[in-house]
Amino acid sequence: MAYALILGPVLLAAIALAFPSNRWRPWLIPAAGVGHAGGVACVLWRPELAMVSGWFVLDPPGRLVLATISGLFLVCSFYTVGYLRYRQERSNRMFCASMISLLGMMTLVAWSHHLGLMWVAVEATALLAAPLIYFNHTPRSIEATWKYLLVGSIGIALALLGSFFLGYSLLHAGLESSLTFDHLLREAPNLSKPWLHAGFVLLLVGYGTKMGLAPMHTWKPDAYGEAPGVVGALFAGGVTSCAFLAILRVYHVCLAAHEGAYTGRLLIFIGLFSMAVAGVFMVGQRDFKRMLAYSSVEHMGILVLGLGIGGPAVFGTLLHMVNNAACKGVLFLSAGNIHRAYGGKTTDVVSGALRRLPLSGALFMAGFLAIIGSPPFGPFVSEFMIFNAAFGQGRFVAGGLFLFFLLLVFIGMGATVLAVVQGRASAAARATAYRDGWLTGLPLVLLMALVLMLGLYIPGPLKTLLTDATHFLEVTP
Amino acid sequence: MNSTINSLLVIVLMLNLFVLGTSRLRTIIRVVAAQGALLGLAPLLMHEHLSLPSAGLSLAAIALKAIVIPAMLFRALREAQIKREVEPLIGFIPSMLLGALATGFAMVFAAHLPLADQHTAPLVVPASLATVLAGFILLTTRFKAISQVIGYLVLENGIFIFGLLLVESMPLVVEMGVLLDLFVAIFVICIIVNHINRAFSSLDTRLLAELKE
Repeated sequence: MAYALILGPVLLAAIALAFPSNRWRPWLIPAAGVGHAGGVACVLWRPELAMVSGWFVLDPPGRLVLATISGLFLVCSFYTVGYLRYRQERSNRMFCASMISLLGMMTLVAWSHHLGLMWVAVEATALLAAPLIYFNHTPRSIEATWKYLLVGSIGIALALLGSFFLGYSLLHAGLESSLTFDHLLREAPNLSKPWLHAGFVLLLVGYGTKMGLAPMHTWKPDAYGEAPGVVGALFAGGVTSCAFLAILRVYHVCLAAHEGAYTGRLLIFIGLFSMAVAGVFMVGQRDFKRMLAYSSVEHMGILVLGLGIGGPAVFGTLLHMVNNAACKGVLFLSAGNIHRAYGGKTTDVVSGALRRLPLSGALFMAGFLAIIGSPPFGPFVSEFMIFNAAFGQGRFVAGGLFLFFLLLVFIGMGATVLAVVQGRASAAARATAYRDGWLTGLPLVLLMALVLMLGLYIPGPLKTLLTDATHFLEVTP
Repeated sequence: MNSTINSLLVIVLMLNLFVLGTSRLRTIIRVVAAQGALLGLAPLLMHEHLSLPSAGLSLAAIALKAIVIPAMLFRALREAQIKREVEPLIGFIPSMLLGALATGFAMVFAAHLPLADQHTAPLVVPASLATVLAGFILLTTRFKAISQVIGYLVLENGIFIFGLLLVESMPLVVEMGVLLDLFVAIFVICIIVNHINRAFSSLDTRLLAELKE
């Protein structure tokens, strides 16, 4: 099953490259999405299908991430068909192929049980992202792609050095140097500490760059701002979750090595710093896609903060990852629709989205309310869990700062979002061809319904996934 | 054996400084290619006997780092018709001095990281860190897109040096995957460099300054 779900999309991407019709090619993306989601459902239903070999093991956090990205991709894939209909003037060959193979590589990240293999997969997702950001071929999108590639490549190179350090910590301790995670976990208490510490820092910086943690986030506003909205959704919800999974696995090894205090401090610091940077840059942000990018920086910060607090916060953190993926899907897709309808993405030209696009405007507003953590939506529950755990563990400063930064973000983001949705749309905006349709509307409604449901109750299968992953991370062999 | 490795690494370190102090891009690419070739030989020297993983890795590394990637860079250079780096953020001589300083720092830092018993070549870790830092200096202080790609290449060379310690223990597939990814990364970056050149009629990354707060 692993091979089918990883290589299937790659094969389909090859077909997309050879496919002649620009008009029908995008339908290959939903085909990949539906097939993949079906396969993932089978694997979740019958876990024995997932087992393959020493390098390919679907651990519980991997299962959770796999379910998240598969679901998000499925929804985004139908939206993409709708979006590309409006972009028939441009060849979507590379776009479709990259997007489909991105799914395969994200699956590989979830499945890889080997530090080196995981690095190769994360690097592959980074490279496949470049053609997606570059889709518009404007000077601005070149600039964004260049910055993304340069910063991303450096980050991923540091992650490689960190993986090597971790490998050497085995070698130095005179242990068998297999880089599979179960071996690392088993031998964790014996690892050479100086190498483990240095390796963790490098891996955190490296994969943190991929996640977009401050201060390595500089590529993010540019890339998310210039890429099509659906790419932003897949990145902010899918690719970042994969990078977070990588950090999660390394963190698990450190936990097993009884280095929880050391890693915890680092994670809390970098998490709060990301939230602070995001909050500061969101205030007065006129470009709403860049604003969403900073919101993504903030939520990545919340994820590592929750991980740093550890213990009871881990469940909330994992739940927040799912919430973030769904919320970012709603926000980026509706932002993409608004961008299309107005031909601009700053509050100078965009206002009155609620009237011009009743559905997308309303969902943009609802997504905003959800992502800042207002009840009854999902992020409220997960953020509350993290907050609760912080205070429960006596981390009052971290908990207090967490609340303060959430407030800062609320103020900064609120001003921009209200400027977008309220008021009257200009005559130029009313004249553009874009209207909300089935393909670009229904995916958003589904995601928003999911966000609302996650706030009211967590369905049984998801709860099982979350508790399995939490237990897995707590137990150190 | 170890003395060979050590003298090889000393040459690599000197090439770092040379790259930092040169403005002619053709020379820089040649020097980085030479550095790649030297590093490609290193896996063969690391161990007493010749093993399949180190031979394969050596071959692939030389092919990519000394031949294919420099050829791609030369092509990009020809298309962009540039010869020299513009005046960098930090001058050539100061950045060379900075590189020397970074090498010293790497030596001090590496002294804190203990080496395993079987690894007696003491220069591997400091040389690796110094090369990574030299790559960073190139990446942050140069303005031409091509110089930044070269900086990234130097950075990767630094990581490759550290990888020497793991040649025998890392599976060949992973090493190959790493090299392949490096190749594709440079390939994609070169395409974008090409597009930058066409869109802006220059490879000066200072022109890429529209997206900011």
